Amino acid sequence: MTSTVDASVRIATPPAAAHLTTDVVVIGGGPAGMAATARAAEAGRRVVLLDEGPNVGGQIWRHRARASLGAEARRWLDRLSRSPAEVYHGLAVVDIVPSVGDGPITVVAERHRGGPVDIVHAGALVLATGARERFLPFPGWTLPGVIGIGGAQAMVKQGASFARRRVVIAGTGPLMLPVAATLSAAGARVVLVAEQARASAVRDFALSLLWHPETLAQAALYRLAFLRSPYEFDTWVTEATGRDRVEAVMVSAGRRTRRVSCDLVCTGYGLVPNVELPRLVGCAVAEGAVVVNEQQATSVPGVFAAGEVTGVGGVSLALVEGEIAGAAAAGAVRPDSALVRRRAALRGVAASLERTFAPRAELRSLARDDTIICRCEDVRLASVARLASSRQAKLYSRAGMGACQGRVCGSALEFVLGWAPGTVRPPAEPARLSTLAAAVPSTVDIAASTPTSGH
Amino acid sequence: MSGTPPAGPTVTIHADDRTARVPAGISVAAALLELGVGAFRRSVSGEARGPLCGMGTCHECRVTIDGTAHRRSCLILVAEGMRIETGAPSEIAS
Repeated sequence: MTSTVDASVRIATPPAAAHLTTDVVVIGGGPAGMAATARAAEAGRRVVLLDEGPNVGGQIWRHRARASLGAEARRWLDRLSRSPAEVYHGLAVVDIVPSVGDGPITVVAERHRGGPVDIVHAGALVLATGARERFLPFPGWTLPGVIGIGGAQAMVKQGASFARRRVVIAGTGPLMLPVAATLSAAGARVVLVAEQARASAVRDFALSLLWHPETLAQAALYRLAFLRSPYEFDTWVTEATGRDRVEAVMVSAGRRTRRVSCDLVCTGYGLVPNVELPRLVGCAVAEGAVVVNEQQATSVPGVFAAGEVTGVGGVSLALVEGEIAGAAAAGAVRPDSALVRRRAALRGVAASLERTFAPRAELRSLARDDTIICRCEDVRLASVARLASSRQAKLYSRAGMGACQGRVCGSALEFVLGWAPGTVRPPAEPARLSTLAAAVPSTVDIAASTPTSGH
Repeated sequence: MSGTPPAGPTVTIHADDRTARVPAGISVAAALLELGVGAFRRSVSGEARGPLCGMGTCHECRVTIDGTAHRRSCLILVAEGMRIETGAPSEIAS
């Protein structure tokens, strides 16, 4: 807000805002957010959960029918619905204002389908914003029909079938197995699963899982589900071609490159924690993840974080962290020691996953000069390749200034060009002017920023 | 949808010049994909774009829903009588 606010300007119709005051506000309704919400509400606190999706579950437990979920997911859904917590869906958090002194933390959210702006004032905040897929740019990656690996899984859970489509799954990590199985079951023809990691690295990782036999058995079941499809290691997609939608990909295994016809390409190179909202509040971030202590407390007083946003570790770790964060946000003095032990064991698996499936160097040079890097603003690699930072890229090329606010190109350019993450400013998502106007009294003291000399 | 009508409860949606019955509870993005829509929107330089992330991050699946532009179709469920417009050029294209 500049200092040019004219006191004579009046908004004819004040934008409608729904104010809520609560003890704890939780952002994100995946496993971590669900566990934090249930735990804090069970401790007797008033808890509000804000979620972007159409129902709770996040990505991993996304569902249309409860019956499609496993026992653990149903147990947590039940636990959450038995608790007195208030759950709000279908809204995007556009701003968070940290507390000043003893004041509340303020969260501003906009509903996807319109309606009053939701402004939540809370004593404590739990950030459970999860993670997104890392997409690496290659020629043709903007064609319709090139989608994420987790993206394909999410689309199937939303009701897409991809029946009879010829599918290439190319990327990295254990997520490729369940997605290949899901797509096969939905009637798609998986023609190739290309894993960029070395066979030896994946084998070593599988051996390390012998201590977690249930995980290994699950992976074997997934593999059985698409047994007729080739599953190749040391292999990656270098280009997608087609006219207005994907028709084929070029697949490389080092020296050898071949063309594979397909209607759908699922691609993704691991997960990236969604640290935008935490950074907006001022939480310390290291190596792309929010820094937390034993209690899941961030560097900002009253603000906790749990789940993938503190480092990608899977659903079991997210639940444990969520429980600890929820209890702490409700005022617990120290974390439950059984949960702390479980958290330490699960974090070890996460670290070894990250080592095994780190994207190989060849993936840095797939994009050509004319390959679009920023999909929102159609900025090509040549426009940013010789710049020094994401800030320069914003100033000179508009890369990272579009609707996704650099969530796609930022993560890509951190890998391709080695840039540090860019700055984060409100609004965290594209917002209506009426949302910003409704939020002004709670986020900016207009009287304080209005120059008295101009009157 | 292709051929047989979907089982279970359905809703009627209007996608551009088509009217279709789709399963209740699916997302707008899923409905459009099942209808064979490729270009959900046009990028600032006119390229066809469709869903990428499927989870609200990338904004590539934006369509106009009941007159409101730039709705992320992967985050919104179909509803009876919903009107969806695809292929809209981005607002700053000129």
